[in-house]
Amino acid sequence: MPRILSKINPKSQEFADNQAHMAAQVQDLNDLVATIKLGGGEKANARHESRGKLLPRDRINALLDEGSPFLELSQLAAWNVYEDYVPAAGVIAGIGRVSGVECMIVANDATVKGGTYYPLTVKKHLRAQTIAEQNNLPCIYLVDSGGANLPRQDDVFPDKDHFGRIFFNQANLSANNIPQIAVVMGSCTAGGAYVPAMADESIIVRNQGTIFLGGPPLVKAATGEVVSAEDLGGGDVHCRTSGVVDHLANNDHHALQLARDAVARLNRTKPLFLDVVEPKPPAYPIEDIYGVIPKDPRQPYDVREIIARIVDGSEFDEFKALYGTTLVCGFARIHGYPVGIVANNGILFSESAQKGAHFIELCAQRKIPLVFLQNITGFMVGKQYEAGGIAKHGAKMVTAVACAKVPKFTVLIGGSFGAGNYGMCGRAYDPRFLFMWPNARISVMGGEQAAGVLAQVKRDQKERAGESWSADEEAAFKQPVIDTYEEQGHPYYASARLWDDGVIDPADTRYVLGLSLSVALNKPIEETRFGVFRM
Amino acid sequence: MIRKLLIANRGEISCRVMKTAQRMGIRTVAVYSDADSDALHVKMADEAVHIGGAPSKDSYLRAEHIIEVAKRLGVDAIHPGYGFLSENARFCRLCEQNDIIFVGPPVGAIEAMGSKSAAKQIMEKAGVPLVPGYHGDDQSVETLRSSAQSMGYPVLLKAAAGGGGKGMRQVWSDDEFDAALDAAKREAQSSFGDDIMLVEKYLTQPRHVEIQVFCDQHGNGVYLFERDCSVQRRHQKVIEEAPAPGMTEQLRSAMGEAALKAAQAINYVGAGTVEFLLDSDGQFYFMEMNTRLQVEHPVTEMITGVDLVEWQLRVASKEPLPLQQSELKLHGHAFEARVYAEDPDNDFLPATGHLRLLRPPLENRHVRVDTGVLEGDDVSVYYDPMIAKLVVWDEDRTKALARLAKALTEYHIDGVTTNVNFLYNLATTPAFMDAQLSTNFITEHEAAIFHRDASEHNGLLPVAALYLLLDQQNKVPQQQDDRFSPWQQHNAWRANEQHVQSLTLRLNDDDFDLRVKRLDNGYSIDYQNQTFVCHGELSGNSLIANVDGHRSEFVVVEHESGHSLFAPGEALRFTRVMPDLGLDDDTGHDAGFTAPMNGTVVALAVEPGQMVDKDQTLMIMEAMKMEHALKAPSRGKVTEFFYQPGDLVDGGAELLAFEADQGASS
Repeated sequence: MPRILSKINPKSQEFADNQAHMAAQVQDLNDLVATIKLGGGEKANARHESRGKLLPRDRINALLDEGSPFLELSQLAAWNVYEDYVPAAGVIAGIGRVSGVECMIVANDATVKGGTYYPLTVKKHLRAQTIAEQNNLPCIYLVDSGGANLPRQDDVFPDKDHFGRIFFNQANLSANNIPQIAVVMGSCTAGGAYVPAMADESIIVRNQGTIFLGGPPLVKAATGEVVSAEDLGGGDVHCRTSGVVDHLANNDHHALQLARDAVARLNRTKPLFLDVVEPKPPAYPIEDIYGVIPKDPRQPYDVREIIARIVDGSEFDEFKALYGTTLVCGFARIHGYPVGIVANNGILFSESAQKGAHFIELCAQRKIPLVFLQNITGFMVGKQYEAGGIAKHGAKMVTAVACAKVPKFTVLIGGSFGAGNYGMCGRAYDPRFLFMWPNARISVMGGEQAAGVLAQVKRDQKERAGESWSADEEAAFKQPVIDTYEEQGHPYYASARLWDDGVIDPADTRYVLGLSLSVALNKPIEETRFGVFRM
Repeated sequence: MIRKLLIANRGEISCRVMKTAQRMGIRTVAVYSDADSDALHVKMADEAVHIGGAPSKDSYLRAEHIIEVAKRLGVDAIHPGYGFLSENARFCRLCEQNDIIFVGPPVGAIEAMGSKSAAKQIMEKAGVPLVPGYHGDDQSVETLRSSAQSMGYPVLLKAAAGGGGKGMRQVWSDDEFDAALDAAKREAQSSFGDDIMLVEKYLTQPRHVEIQVFCDQHGNGVYLFERDCSVQRRHQKVIEEAPAPGMTEQLRSAMGEAALKAAQAINYVGAGTVEFLLDSDGQFYFMEMNTRLQVEHPVTEMITGVDLVEWQLRVASKEPLPLQQSELKLHGHAFEARVYAEDPDNDFLPATGHLRLLRPPLENRHVRVDTGVLEGDDVSVYYDPMIAKLVVWDEDRTKALARLAKALTEYHIDGVTTNVNFLYNLATTPAFMDAQLSTNFITEHEAAIFHRDASEHNGLLPVAALYLLLDQQNKVPQQQDDRFSPWQQHNAWRANEQHVQSLTLRLNDDDFDLRVKRLDNGYSIDYQNQTFVCHGELSGNSLIANVDGHRSEFVVVEHESGHSLFAPGEALRFTRVMPDLGLDDDTGHDAGFTAPMNGTVVALAVEPGQMVDKDQTLMIMEAMKMEHALKAPSRGKVTEFFYQPGDLVDGGAELLAFEADQGASS
């Protein structure tokens, strides 16, 4: 395969500036994640540990195979969303190897508001289940939660994608032979009781885990019966009497060992239907991506410089290299897995959209996973292009993306604006995973453009009313719009609301894609049937 | 002429004799017990015959049966090795009666030297100097005690029939006398079937120097110089050397002549050793004569170039001695270190086990390893727990000692506790290097020899940790189809965070909490304020570790209870401390009185229910011919003995139930 020849000069001042700029953003991200990883804070953690309980991240470390990577999802969930401090939305979700099997792990963080479910907690839990379903991953729930967050019950309880959906999913995942294993390591009250009750196998920690539909206070209020939590729904009751739980553990470590044992006997294999070869690293240092991304997002650069730092040996077999050049399509390998890469290299024109549709069809036909590198300001606008049918050409690409059943992975490496987001497999197009770089921005259009559009409408109104509007007034009008777009287009804002699966360090992109590809291969690739392409 | 030789022994000496016999074109016959059916000596022999059960009395001590086997197989001669029947006059006589050559002295010589007291009387008559002592027939406690009192403490109680430190006790005061006598007699009875004791003045700074003598059947006798066997523990030799440091030509010939005189006094034939105590003033006293080939004979072979077994076989065939005194030359210096399965940190308690790993140093013209076991063999409770004799030679003592130390660092044994580290420490103790020898050497230099403590192992901390990490990596479950999966990289990758793994390591008995970070190539391991940057390779048992730029090779062996790490000059046990799964919660009980090893219960020292004081002996157990007393940890009483005298017990078995006196403060 041909190797991409980098034209970047890592000795240049520009490179150094770019690098410093990106490094600062990554540092900011790492600092934020470090804060979030403290969970409910030192006091809450100390109180939690003083009860002999492990912190949720330590539970996950103990559950995972030694040295296993952990692909944590949506670390920034609920960040700056609620008045309450709810780091990681009070639940840690991610994929890791347990007994040699890639599993989806969902662990409540009882140090964060008692592990209660905020709306975004529910969303994160459901997203984890969706990933498990799409990728055929056994689910392990480390339960330590007070259930729904009562003050926010209207946003948590009633709707389709609310709390009840968790159990709906458990039933249906189990029906698809996606094992559901629950480890009760703390409270499991009311609706939460269904997590272990609906699990295929459940484990409870003695003198620590409890499961009941109504806790002691509710029981006393309802019937006057006075009973301790342990006697009402402790490990002994459920393992010896009720049969709600299958395995009784002595402590957290024991429970996690039992969970590992449960996974070890699942009898799961992962047959590959792909042509996999031994991986080789890119020919250029991955970290150099920092220096490639221009400090000024409006400045264009060749996306092949990024591809060269993500794919095996920097080898990239480009498709239709001379046609529709603002979209780069081609075949490569990531960690030995074959992939088709679709990457923006400028604004989308009719030709590029048609080329993209064609390439996606090829990959779907050949069952080659697709990787989208999004950096798109949108489709070209203007009389000439509308007349040329850019809408229908764009529609072809959107149709192709929407229908392609091969695993799709999207990384927002720059802008993600307008219909470009659709054609490049945005969240609505069901990529198996969607990650953002810290420099990425996402909105229906750029802040400047939006402000410009709104200002134009306003000016038209004013002019119709015969009023005048000074340049200063217009600028004052536009600035809040620009600011709002900047804030809402920021990756932290997006990630906090689960528009993505996480913000990643650009230098980790190759590895994260490798992990994601391997995860996706747990599910055989389906045949694709495309909808009608408007010709 | 000997055509077919039966070796009435086992282990290394059996192999040693066969090596020479086979070189001389003699057909060899081994005998073996149930416990030895796959032993090296059986494999080495041209023929091997099963002679009975594992206990020596059911096999290697069955004189008549061995003679019968020898006759059946048309054996010309029997080599008894050392121990077992080697100094048994009855066996020697049986050989004679059945026209089989006994490779050793005539019956008369064995009988004369067999009783230490009789031997001393003979030597006294022959003018060989003797240590003051009582060698009489009156064995009453009073007589023995009064003789001790008259010669003044300390005294040594010795079994008249004894040897090898069995049935021997030092007594430092009158108070100890009765208990020591009881124990010595009991040991003598069980080891030699005879509890006649003699009492000797105990010299406090003596050296043990012995002369190798050799006599033929034609009246010729030579001495092959001396061996210094001063370094002993519990009267058992640990490191022997030849020649004796500081020996003058004059003293050498005086001792040599005295030894020959002793041999001639009893019409000795064959290889014999005359043991002397050499006092710091240059006076030497006859101790005893061993009428057999000694364990430590290789050091003499190394400095004289003589194959003593070959000489034994030639002399037994009535040939004259191959060399005369004037032709014998002493060249260079040799050491022998006895590698034992025993625990030096636990009063040299003999150890048993499975030799999971047995890697002796490479043999060459400087290094010789005499052994009777192979990797995979068991060191059983039935026989002497010696694993091998490591013998080195060089031009002078300093060079030879350096070789000994180096060879010990290359000796890797796992599966049983051994004294290899102890031997290394001993060989590198300055006082030993300066040849400040005495039979009290180990006691006197205890601090220098047993100097290792936990902090000294810190250097091996990162090595042990690195092993665990690399081993972990090798054990990552592999997915058959997805074989290049990035999930298998064992990098503990975390999103937007450097993962820090906690690892608790137990080195010997100390716990160390480590924090491990993955680097691109290797690991960064933090312990308290230290950081070690490590990488390495692990293949099989062999670990190449690079710690902070220092690359070394190690051998690591994994077993049920953890790992053994062999570093140059030391070995240590380590384990990964795994999280407590709470599985032992229900099984907690009082610290038990468990048998330290397989053995036999000898005596119950107290009555059940009887109130005893702290440190009072409760039960006596015997294993490997050594007695072990179980003592009361505090004031209290035994509520039940689970075994009775004569019962065989397995190592680790609960022996008795003890109830501490509630009022007693411990």
